[in-house]
Amino acid sequence: MIIASNVSKKFKKLTVLENVSLNCIKGECIALIGPNGSGKTTLIKTILGMVVPDSGFITFNGRNILHDWKYRSHIGYMPQIGRYPDNMTIGQVLSMMKDIRAHKEKTFDEELIYAFGLNILLNKRMRTLSGGTRQKVSACLAFLFDPEVLILDEPTAGLDPLSSELLKDKIRKEKQKGKLIMITSHILSELDDLITQVIYMQEGKLVFHKNIDDLRKETGEQKLSKAIASVMIKK
Amino acid sequence: MIKIVKYVIVDILRNKIVIAYTAFLLAISLSIFNLEDNTSKGLLSLLNIILIIIPLVSIIFSTIYVYNSSEFLELLVSQPLKRKNIWMSLFAGLAISLSFAFCIGAGIPIILYAASSTGFVMLGMGLILSIVFASVAMLSAVMIRDKAKGIGISILLWLYFSLLFDGMVLFILFQFEDYPLEKIMVAITAFNPIDLGRILILLKMDISAMMGYTGAIFRDFFGTGTGFFIALLVMLLWVAVPAWLSVRTFNRKDL
Amino acid sequence: MKKILLYALLFCTCFSLYANTIKVGRNENISTIAKGIALAANGDTVLVGPGLYKEHGLIVNKSILLKGANNPVIDGENKFEVVAITVSNVTIEGFTVINSGSSSVEDYAGIKIINSKNVIIRNNILQNNFFGIYSQHGTHCRIENNRISSTAVSEQLSGNGIHCWKSDSMYIIGNKMNGNRDGIYFEFVTNSVISRNESFKNVRYGLHFMFSNNDAYISNLFHNNGSGVAVMYSHGVSMIRNFFFENWGDAAYGLLLKEIADSYIDNNSFEKNTSGIVMEGASRIQVQRNSFNRNGTALRIQASCMDIDIKKNNFIGNTFDVSTNGSLVLNSFKGNFWDKYEGYDLNRDGIGDVPYRPVSLYSMIIEKNPPAMILFRSFMSSLLDKTERVLPGLTPEALKDDNPLMKPLKL
Repeated sequence: MIIASNVSKKFKKLTVLENVSLNCIKGECIALIGPNGSGKTTLIKTILGMVVPDSGFITFNGRNILHDWKYRSHIGYMPQIGRYPDNMTIGQVLSMMKDIRAHKEKTFDEELIYAFGLNILLNKRMRTLSGGTRQKVSACLAFLFDPEVLILDEPTAGLDPLSSELLKDKIRKEKQKGKLIMITSHILSELDDLITQVIYMQEGKLVFHKNIDDLRKETGEQKLSKAIASVMIKK
Repeated sequence: MIKIVKYVIVDILRNKIVIAYTAFLLAISLSIFNLEDNTSKGLLSLLNIILIIIPLVSIIFSTIYVYNSSEFLELLVSQPLKRKNIWMSLFAGLAISLSFAFCIGAGIPIILYAASSTGFVMLGMGLILSIVFASVAMLSAVMIRDKAKGIGISILLWLYFSLLFDGMVLFILFQFEDYPLEKIMVAITAFNPIDLGRILILLKMDISAMMGYTGAIFRDFFGTGTGFFIALLVMLLWVAVPAWLSVRTFNRKDL
Repeated sequence: MKKILLYALLFCTCFSLYANTIKVGRNENISTIAKGIALAANGDTVLVGPGLYKEHGLIVNKSILLKGANNPVIDGENKFEVVAITVSNVTIEGFTVINSGSSSVEDYAGIKIINSKNVIIRNNILQNNFFGIYSQHGTHCRIENNRISSTAVSEQLSGNGIHCWKSDSMYIIGNKMNGNRDGIYFEFVTNSVISRNESFKNVRYGLHFMFSNNDAYISNLFHNNGSGVAVMYSHGVSMIRNFFFENWGDAAYGLLLKEIADSYIDNNSFEKNTSGIVMEGASRIQVQRNSFNRNGTALRIQASCMDIDIKKNNFIGNTFDVSTNGSLVLNSFKGNFWDKYEGYDLNRDGIGDVPYRPVSLYSMIIEKNPPAMILFRSFMSSLLDKTERVLPGLTPEALKDDNPLMKPLKL
């Protein structure tokens, strides 16, 4: 569904992505992991078209995304740090996004809004919100349009355990619908029961892209964190 | 795209600065026309406001606004929207709000007190200058990542267009006094939208002086229908070119 | 002796009382004007009926009243002089005179007065003539209510509307001229009055004075002429209550004074001219109670002028009030109203407490470097002007009005 081939990106002298190629298929739930500064967020941003790669290309359903923008209607994106216009309220942000994405027949998936209890905070201005509440807004926006692909950048960072569980339940639910889900996180334990694939990145390079079961077999570890660690030691 | 323009305008209006700017213009224009006993002198005072204040407020407000909308832009860019549309909507929202502020603040007094051809040309030039400097601001804000630096560059650009450029022209005029510079001067004005606007206003305001030898060359060019049309076209280029360059940069910009 | 005079007078009156009227027209016995004049005696009236008369070279050599009924047209067929008057006491009225010849050697005219006195030319329409009405050694002639128009394009190939040469005591009243070289041209004309005329859209001047002394022109309207009105090499000219309007062009002005002296410019109005008044080598001239509105430059006084007295005028909405080309100032400015004056009046006597300097620095820069006009009214030029106002250094020190008025004069 999403194919990246030889994607490279430099920010001035710093290489953030180096010849990254990957192939993501519908129904997969991919964990994008790696240390800080390994290029996970940049990779996600290139997939979303927010960062334009210096070389290489990315296709979405067989179409190059460079001159296309409509493909983004199939993606729900939850950024690592959600930044929103300060003097809009939660309600205004939600309704603006609904308005802009011009979603006709389909109904909106507002499950998370109620689950997080945002429906009673609709009149709060974005600038008054805590980091966690902002994360909740970001999560709601990502799921709102029932997209085929979900890209979640550190979804549980900053969320309290309860909300974190609520979000994971939601992700699980969506996974069952056969959606492509891509999650970055460095809290590896969270992902154990969710994911089917693992992509490991380091210093802008894609180190491996493996099925979780293969990975477990190879390393003999059940826990994802341990499995990764043992791979790293081997190398 | 219209939807985004709508959100931008609503946001700008919520931001009290444009309202304050409108009120400021209105207060100044009304007091000018009420204090001066003849309207031509009132228009003259208003000319200085149009040539100095309008570009200054337009460029600085727009630059700051673009920087402050970075979250908004980031949010929109991840959505199924064309980047060009997002950027042009931001520009359109700014241009519309600034033009609207100018129309209310200076346009109403002009129509009430000085509804002459001079008044209308002034109104038109004020509008175009508002938009030109919004466009220039868009370019400087997209080219420079750092907010403080970007605002500094915008102030410098304003200083350049309203003072330094003219100083340079005056210097050239006296350095090359012995050469026939009139025609070149007409071409040089094309490089400064403030000068271009000022000359188009002068041709109405000081028509008698512009008929004299000194002004004849400018009248011969700008005074004719074609000349006026070309001048207007150049003004529109001053809107279009920075806007187009900024779209191009924004299209390739990493957020 | 007295009796003889009385008889003579009586005879004259009887003569005119019983003067004959000779009718000329298509349906009359006499069909040409020339024949009518030939049949007339001094004092007769030749009454010409309507129609087109292709008669050129008509010579009025008898003291008659030549009168057109319903505007008969005399056509010179672009070849010759149309009507010439060679004796005194002739009146011509009610004709339309068209198409005189034109030449670079002869001054062909629609109606020409040659060495005559007491000639009256009134209520005629003159169209497309080389010269309209031409007076050569005329004395005590009245040229009244004529409409003179032509289609001049260049100065060389056109003549003047009313042209007076070596004439005296002329009265030129209520005429309207356009499309000539000069509307009215005076050369060596003395003791004459030009009044209530309208002269417009002439190629060169609305009114042109050369070597003509002790004349007055009053209540005339001059507008849209090639370069306005010129008064040159004359003295004793009174210019009163005239209106100079929209004389626009590269070197156009409302009024040009060149080498003139001892004259009055009073109660005139100069509006929207490229320059209101231009003075070169003028001396002893009183410029009073005029209003200068919205001119490019209201007054251009060359340093060659002296003893010009500029008093009680209104200067409103001019781009530049006064310009000059040197630092020598032998003229005085007193008690004028300047709308650009920014001084104050603490004792409330209606007179500003600080002098007004009507020459701005930037106008001098433009005088020196004309293309600098392109920066006029820019931030830059206002800055220069403001600095100069605070610290005068470059503008002529003596050129100032010490008693500027706070309110405009009612004129």
